[in-house]
Amino acid sequence: MAAVCFMIALSLYIVATVSFLSYSLRRSEALSNVSLSITAVGFAFHTITLIMRMTGASSSAPPSFSDALSFFSWMIILVLLIVEFRHRIHVLGSFMVPLAIVSLISAAALPESEPTLQPVFKTLWFHVTLSMLGTVGFAVAFVAGVMYLIQDRLLKSKQFNVLYSKLPALDFLDHLNQQSIVLGFPLLTLGIVTGAISAELARGSYVSWNPEQTWAVVTWLFYFVVLLGRLTIGWRAKRAAYLTVVGFACVILTLVGVLLKGHSALS
Amino acid sequence: MHLIVVGLSHKTAPVEIRERLAVPESRLGEALTRLCSYPGVKEGILLSTCNRVEVYSVVEDVDTGYGRIQEFLADTHLSLSSEQLTPHLYWHTGDRAIAHLFRVASSLDSMIIGESQILGQLKDAFEVALAHKTTGVIMNKVVKKAISVAKRVRTETKIAEMAVSVSYAAVELAKKIFSNLHEKTVLLVGAGEMAKLAAKHLIANGVGHVRITTRTPQHAVELAERFGGIAVPFDQFKDDMASADIVLVSTGAAHYLVGAEDVHRAVQERMNRPMFLIDISVPRNIDPAVRHVDNAFLFDIDDLKHRVEQNRAERVHEAEKAERMVIEEVTMILDWMKSLEVTPTIVALRNRVEDIKRAEVEKVLGRLGHLSAQDRELVEGLASSIVNKLIHRTMVTLKNEVNSSSGPAFVEAARQFYALDRPAASTQQTGTYSESSRYLTDSRPQSEADEPTPETSVPKRAR
Repeated sequence: MAAVCFMIALSLYIVATVSFLSYSLRRSEALSNVSLSITAVGFAFHTITLIMRMTGASSSAPPSFSDALSFFSWMIILVLLIVEFRHRIHVLGSFMVPLAIVSLISAAALPESEPTLQPVFKTLWFHVTLSMLGTVGFAVAFVAGVMYLIQDRLLKSKQFNVLYSKLPALDFLDHLNQQSIVLGFPLLTLGIVTGAISAELARGSYVSWNPEQTWAVVTWLFYFVVLLGRLTIGWRAKRAAYLTVVGFACVILTLVGVLLKGHSALS
Repeated sequence: MHLIVVGLSHKTAPVEIRERLAVPESRLGEALTRLCSYPGVKEGILLSTCNRVEVYSVVEDVDTGYGRIQEFLADTHLSLSSEQLTPHLYWHTGDRAIAHLFRVASSLDSMIIGESQILGQLKDAFEVALAHKTTGVIMNKVVKKAISVAKRVRTETKIAEMAVSVSYAAVELAKKIFSNLHEKTVLLVGAGEMAKLAAKHLIANGVGHVRITTRTPQHAVELAERFGGIAVPFDQFKDDMASADIVLVSTGAAHYLVGAEDVHRAVQERMNRPMFLIDISVPRNIDPAVRHVDNAFLFDIDDLKHRVEQNRAERVHEAEKAERMVIEEVTMILDWMKSLEVTPTIVALRNRVEDIKRAEVEKVLGRLGHLSAQDRELVEGLASSIVNKLIHRTMVTLKNEVNSSSGPAFVEAARQFYALDRPAASTQQTGTYSESSRYLTDSRPQSEADEPTPETSVPKRAR
């Protein structure tokens, strides 16, 4: 049942992406609400999937990586719906929904319940949830950064095309970028701390410098510098956009690190 | 009842004619009252703007109506003769008149397609007409519909969204850099007409602070007063640039006043907050190399013009969509108008046969004074049933054909067959009687019709 809901949600997201993309590349405004409605319905199915997974698994069972990814894309869609509701920037969907899809497909491609760590207390739940929320913040910052760079390019080259007219103002995107990092950074910090505690409880050492931990620390440092630079020496606008795009690459590598670790633990 | 429009616009008349024909707002009411005092003119509304003077009216007869309104227009302006006026006028009736009104309201007939003023002007004209009670059922419905059509066009097409003037294009671009223009500062360097206009638009769109510099300090102070801003000495404006989010340059200088270095410094001072630079001067006053400075966005007059051209083309494209909407809406309101025509026809028909029946029954009963009340009822019933059966098919056909294309033809036929268009057909008892009897029994001597009193008194006795 959960699998069926999952597939429905995924299919609806794919349809929504097509719809959002054609909205963004065509003059007509007609598809905006359609795309949004499809996404919302997909989100409902996605929510059901997550609830079923949570109630289905016993509370002591650790979250699997695919559950974490599914939660990540669920949060992405939630943020999309909130931003849409508040600012009515439909073009955002063309960027956020594909991101959610990539993460959902990865979740589906992974073997289902293979814990990356042995079940230890609730700290692992905190670790996964907090890290994922932090990652959502960086993902939104990444999307805002990409949109910023596109709009910047269009303005600089004076290409007043459809995408130009649909993308929001530069300072809005810069603000969204900043807000996402300001929210994401403390969450990631807490995620890393709880992760270290989980590792200590499971293995007896806080840090073992496996790829996951290494990349997590690199990511954390990177965003720390980005945030500091923005607040002190004006690393905003175009530079901030570039940096968050690069930063998100670190995030991806961290997630790949988690995966590799999972597999190495298996073998 | 026919809806007609007679008028002239920027498309048919030069400004010399339009300005003489325009009716000032203060005299609008008086003009409307005069319009509706013409015989045959039932309802009227007068739309007078700098680009058009149009009279929309509901009249009894189209051709007479055209004549009356032309007369009215010529009379309104003694300096214009009918001969001078006629070549510039256009006339429409029925669906074309309605379509014209819808197009005007939706700004499809405007000099600048999609401009928003015309809708307000139409609303004002309508309000004046309402205040002077010169509109009725048809006009109220049609004008209200025109307003809603215009709103629909506005929301469902992008006809009014895009800037079609260079000064407004600057605002549009500013909004793609700053989502909120409040609390933003604009620095005006030099004060060409276009720059002043652009500044005005920016302020109207929320820009909070204005700083002005010109070569002549006095000029800057004057302008600062006008725009509610601050005057900046000309030799210091480059240092002041960092405080400006938007820099609008238009001086007569023959060289670059602002170089890439200046802008680079300003952006750094601003901690990389984006800067929007507009160069409306020819020759240009801002070094085009500024394009390579990050977070600075420079647009010159050609860029703005290019944007305007694009928007114009886009508006024309959107206008096609709007035209389709207008056609759709006209069809809808025509349906309504047709039903309006059929209903009074049916009522008039009923009244007409009722009158004939009553007259004939009364006449017969006057001669058959010996009948009992019951028999009288029988006679009356017989007459009723005959006339009802006679007109039954006509009624049914009229109702069925309300919305068909031949609807008006059926209505017209029914009106002719039963002479429904003759005045006072059904209201005046005596007139009705004499007319209807004559109509049905042409061979009877006129005297019969001339002495209705004893006969009409019969049913009173009978009752």
